[in-house]
Amino acid sequence: MKNYLLQLADNALILGHRLGEWCGHAPEMELDIALTNIALDLTGQARSLYQRVGELEGASSDGVSKTEDDYAYLRDVWEFRNVLLVEQPNGDFAQTIVRQFIFDSYHFYMCRALTQSTDEWLSGFAEKSLKEITYHLRFSSEWMQRLGDGTEVSHAKMQTAIESLWTYSGELITPNEIEKELASQGIGVDLNKIKPEVTAKISEVLAASNLTAPEGIWMQKGGKDGRHSEHLGYILAEMQFLQRAYPGQAW
Amino acid sequence: MTSLNLEALFQSKIDEEIKIEPKDWMPDAYRKTLIRQISQHAHSEIVGMLPEGNWITRAPSLRRKLILLAKVQDEAGHGLYLYSAAETLGANRDDLVQQLLAGKAKYSSIFNYPTLNWADLGAIGWLVDGAAIMNQVMLTRTSYGPYARAMVRICKEESFHQRQGYEIMIAMANGSPEQKAMAQDSLNRWWWPSLMMFGPHDSESTHSDQAMKWKIKRKSNDELRQQFVDVTVPQAEYLGLTIPDTKLRWNEARGHYDFGEIDWEEFWSVVKGNGPCNKQRLKARIKAYEDGAWVREAAVAHAAKKEQDKLPESSAKAA
Repeated sequence: MKNYLLQLADNALILGHRLGEWCGHAPEMELDIALTNIALDLTGQARSLYQRVGELEGASSDGVSKTEDDYAYLRDVWEFRNVLLVEQPNGDFAQTIVRQFIFDSYHFYMCRALTQSTDEWLSGFAEKSLKEITYHLRFSSEWMQRLGDGTEVSHAKMQTAIESLWTYSGELITPNEIEKELASQGIGVDLNKIKPEVTAKISEVLAASNLTAPEGIWMQKGGKDGRHSEHLGYILAEMQFLQRAYPGQAW
Repeated sequence: MTSLNLEALFQSKIDEEIKIEPKDWMPDAYRKTLIRQISQHAHSEIVGMLPEGNWITRAPSLRRKLILLAKVQDEAGHGLYLYSAAETLGANRDDLVQQLLAGKAKYSSIFNYPTLNWADLGAIGWLVDGAAIMNQVMLTRTSYGPYARAMVRICKEESFHQRQGYEIMIAMANGSPEQKAMAQDSLNRWWWPSLMMFGPHDSESTHSDQAMKWKIKRKSNDELRQQFVDVTVPQAEYLGLTIPDTKLRWNEARGHYDFGEIDWEEFWSVVKGNGPCNKQRLKARIKAYEDGAWVREAAVAHAAKKEQDKLPESSAKAA
């Protein structure tokens, strides 16, 4: 259970972190606001999940419970369980939108299924998050179409982005051992069940955007089990700097 | 009505505290002054996102990260409604942004200083937003209606920003020796630039007299600066931090703090573009604008196609 929640939390934290990198640098002020909104939602979701993990772990022998910040700031690369997709660099705006759209497609159907979890805390968390994620998916789907269909330049950038990120799309809907176990207990989401919905949504939006998914691409995976791309180390080096340099202090 | 009568009527409205609205007659100079001032304010919000945005990825806790994201997002929002307020005067947002990018428009010099340690995020909220509020509270009563109303909304958010900044300073000043050192270091660097935010001495200020007559401004630069010092000194004392001014002392007779002279050479040098980050700030805005051009063009092209799709029948009939 704990590792399952960490998977969900780490996805939200790392993608939120990447979106935060845009703040002040987006193509339009309105986009600055929208991307920051999504970053806020995701970071908020990560906080709830980390807090829940802390509750489940309970106090250690010295009577101290872990806080949300212990999970975010004091674990190293191999302990993070996010998918490879979310740690990929922002690149240009096309890369950011394609990364967001692929993630949102998974996130939406996963979260919708999670509202049916037999775990009351998780189903409640999913209810609340689903409202936010519904907006994220609408935002990224609309920008897929705007940019895919807009101009020749935007179309080419979007197609390039899809081709470079497609290799990370498979991991989202391929269950690892933890996910299989939790799905069998009715707590977690059965990814095999939502897979058709996720792929249908992606195909539908790609078609509406005049974009094509590449075929015969090898699907990278490993993030969920702590085997990451080289990018995550740099994200953590930056994110964890203060907590690592000045341990145990209140901020 | 002759323009002389119009001008007299306009001034009588101002004197009677009746707000000037977009469709009312106003002197050209009033309009120009407001467009200049409101757009400078909008540019300051947008450029002001950069020094704080610099620490979003390094915020030391999830709570601080959320607050910082929300704060920088508020600034983008303030920029948007200030540009809208300028548009009610006949300006165009894109033209105003172009003036900023071309280096022709000013923005608050304070954002040309770097954020070097985490306490700077506290100092910006406490001192920079604190100084801005002094000015903005006055502007909620400014004579131009849309500007005054935008300021009411902005002030509410700014006072939240100031509180969160001061809260960071409290945490740092009461923290470890290293944290306290960060807090003192940031106060040392932000104190004087914050005092400079109120502008030149009244005797040197080019736009002040007319702006006071038109009630765009209601307090002079020096009055506001004194008000800021008076409010801020006890706050620094509460934190146990030292304000970097050996001349600072309470003057019983005046009922105000006396303080040292601002380094006006530094002030004018930053205004003229030679601050530590003037070039970097402008470069970042230009980069965002240029890198985003294809995105904006695609959005326009897509919207035009959608518009076209909506009209197949009517255009067929017309043909």
